[in-house]
Order: sequence, then C-alpha cells, then structure tokens
Amino acid sequence: MSDLRAAVAAGALGSEQSYRELLQSIVEVARSIFDARASSVFLFDEESDELVFEAVAGEGAGDLVGQRFPSSTGIAGWVLVTRQPLVVEELDKDPRFAREAAESTGFVPKGLMAVPLLHEDNALGVLEVLDRPQKAAFSLAEMELLGKFANEAAIALDLLQKARAARTVLEDEGAEADALARFAARLDEAEPEKREAALQLLDALGKLLRER
Amino acid sequence: MAQEPADLPAWSLPAGAGERISIGVEWPERVTRDWAFGGATGKGMRVCILDSGIEAGHPRVGEVERAVAFARGEGEDEEVEVVEDTEGDLCGHGTACAGIVRQLAPECSLVSARVLGAGFKGSGPILLAGLRWAVEQGFDVINMSLSTTKRQFAELLHELADTAYFNRTVLVASAHNMPVESYPWRFSSVISVGSHEEPDPMTFFYNPSPPVEFFARGVGVEIAWLGGGTILSTGNSFATPHMSAICALVLSKHPELTPFQLKNVLYLTANNVGGET
Repeated sequence: MSDLRAAVAAGALGSEQSYRELLQSIVEVARSIFDARASSVFLFDEESDELVFEAVAGEGAGDLVGQRFPSSTGIAGWVLVTRQPLVVEELDKDPRFAREAAESTGFVPKGLMAVPLLHEDNALGVLEVLDRPQKAAFSLAEMELLGKFANEAAIALDLLQKARAARTVLEDEGAEADALARFAARLDEAEPEKREAALQLLDALGKLLRER
Repeated sequence: MAQEPADLPAWSLPAGAGERISIGVEWPERVTRDWAFGGATGKGMRVCILDSGIEAGHPRVGEVERAVAFARGEGEDEEVEVVEDTEGDLCGHGTACAGIVRQLAPECSLVSARVLGAGFKGSGPILLAGLRWAVEQGFDVINMSLSTTKRQFAELLHELADTAYFNRTVLVASAHNMPVESYPWRFSSVISVGSHEEPDPMTFFYNPSPPVEFFARGVGVEIAWLGGGTILSTGNSFATPHMSAICALVLSKHPELTPFQLKNVLYLTANNVGGET
C-alpha cells in the first residue's frame, strides 16, 4: 500500500528536481545569450513575504541559492511590486547600493536587467541578468528577449511550486493519501470482475461527490 | 471656457438645446505643439505620484506638496488606512518618477501617495485604496508606473479609472511589454504608455495598434536615485512620467480640457501625427 504513496512521492520529487534543472538551464542560457556575468531567478515566497534565490548562473552560483531578502527591497523588489521590467546601469557609482550588493551577493554589478515572472494572475518571482557587456546602449529588443526568457522561467517556476505543493500534501496529509493508497493496492490485487465492479462503484462515488 | 459639468444635461439633450453644451475650446486650424504646451510649465497642476514614496529634498524633485502612505492595520480584516508619510521613499522608484515629472513640468505641484514598499503581500488592496484616495482628491494627473495582474482587482480598478476620467483626472499608467493581462493600463479611460528609444524627452508617439496608446522616452533615462544622486535606467516605469508631465503641461495651458479632449491633443501633437519637434 505504501508503494503507491512512494511512487507518487517519487514522481513529485522527481519532477521538482527536473524543474529545478530547467530553471538552472534557463539562467545558464540567459547568461550566455546576453554574454553576461551572472543571471538569477528569484522565487517570491508568499508565506514569509520574501524573495529567495532559486537558480543562479555565473558569479555567485553555488553560494546564493536559498538566500532570502524582503520582497519589496532592492531592484528585484521594485520589479516584483511594480510588475515592470527595469534596466539599471552605472550601479557601481552608488556607494550605498554597492555596499548592500557586496554584502548580500559578494559582488557589485555595474548594471542589471530585471523582469517580473508573471504566470496567469500571479507574480511568481523575478529574473535578473547582471553585467551584460556595455558595448552599445541598451535596446528595447534586448528587453523583449529578456521578456521571452521570463515567460519560460515563469512556467518552470510555476511547475516547481506545484511539485513542491504536491510533495507537501503527501507529507502533511498522509492519512488521506494512505486511504487512497490502500484502495489502490486492493484494486490491484482484485480479480477482474471485482475490479470492474469496484471501478464502477468508484465512478458512481465520483458522480455523487460532484452533485451538491 | 467650458461650462461646469454640473450645469450640463447629464443623460439626454432636449431638442434645440445644442447651444447649452457648446464647448468653449477654440481649436486652431491645426493643433500645434506650440498651441498645446508652448511656454507651459505645469503651473497650477497637481500631479500625484502613486508609487513607493518620494525622497524628501532630492534635488531632482524639489518641493513635495504633501506625502501620504497607505497601510493595512495589524489584524487580518483591518481596513487600509491613509496616514501622513514621513518615511519618504523606501526603494527609489517613486522618486525617479517624480524627478522626471519635475524636470519637464517644473512648476507643477507634486503629491506622493505611497502604495509600495511595505512588502509585496497585500499590495493589491493597498494599491486600490491609494488610487481611490487619489481619485477622490481630484488631482489633475495621477502617475501610475505600476500595475497589478490580479483579476479580482480589475473591476474595481476599472470603476476607479472611469470615475477619474469623468471627474477630469487624467490617469497615466505604464503598459506591459510582455504578453500578460495587467491593469489598469489596459482600460481605455487611462492613458497607457510604453517606451521608445529616442533621447528627446518631449518626443512621443501615438500607437495606432492599441492597447498601448502612447510611446514616450523610456530608454537610457537619467533618473533621480536615492541619496540625492542620479543613475541611468530603462523601463516603461520611466516613460510614463514623461507622458504625465506632458499632460500637466497641456492642462496648465488649457485647464478646460477633459481627459477625452486631452487625449485628442496628445494624438494630434504626437511626433508620428502632426507634432513638430
């Protein structure tokens, strides 16, 4: 009976791992396309009202994942609360920003592009690309390209959150999952006629639950 | 001058009563930029920056007439309250917008309504309360370099946008350059703004393919930055206050214009229509 639970849990956990890899690949590609020093995805944690580093490519990769800061501070915070993409250059000119950035991420970017990750009507987080080479002035075409990455990252982040929610349900509501798992185990063992009858009964139960 | 709206027949027009609603605006043969805002400074116009607050005494911003903040009480069901704001700007976004308006409309009066900065959670009801307050105050222009994607707020925002429109308050809002549904910029009672790449702050374009209606300067803009300085930045957030300032200029010269008429003036003086530089 715990086989089904284990299988479902493995599915949820497995997909969580895949979605993390997908996010990581999105920041890697974003960093390459823009020839940037780093790129990161922040997840908005509604419970704590914080932004969390969820994937990082380039500078800071390895150390930053899991770090948190309040949802409305910093440039990522601006972007999350206003839901507007933003590009800021010459950041190293600002001593206050430079100090804060150095304290939280270990390096001071000269410039960054940040875009909100919007999925359906939710703001799930922020994608940032740091220090693209400033050979030419920033263009709206780059902003559009960043928006496309943001769409991908938003979908990956949405799937990641759903996988995590599924795992939480399995962990927190074990009793209900157990009952369903027990039923699945009995169904699996049953003879074909009994199995057919049980499935019809289940179908009828489903209809009953749909009715008010 | 136009008659006060209260004197006008509200729901119908009796036979032969066309005289009663004659509009006093004298349209020139061609609406020029000089007619629209030549020599205007925004004097007498009250512009509300609905944003993250404004840093007091920033040299790019100068005097701020009043600053208020919106916050929810401690309990779950507490109403959003309006309080006088003494914290200034927590993130810098509102100061940047205020600085752009001040640069183009130097004699307008700026009021800060802080709806951002206290955390992201619960920001929807705070945004609504802030906009409702700003509309009730009857500002000439409200700058909204922000939006919400929450559909549950769309209907209320729509009502507020329409109320503003009929009360002669111009709501100027940042559009999204991503394929997402967000509000209030999509409403037709709002002047929605996206970015162009030209360096001239007075260059703006009418977009014949809405919902984004106008494009204003939004790329490589020197914006006011916390701590009294400036920085280079790009985004529709900064195109919007360019358009707000231009609205304040036109209205300071032609206070009789309704938002509908103002939009026409903006259309006729847009660089891709009839606007000369």
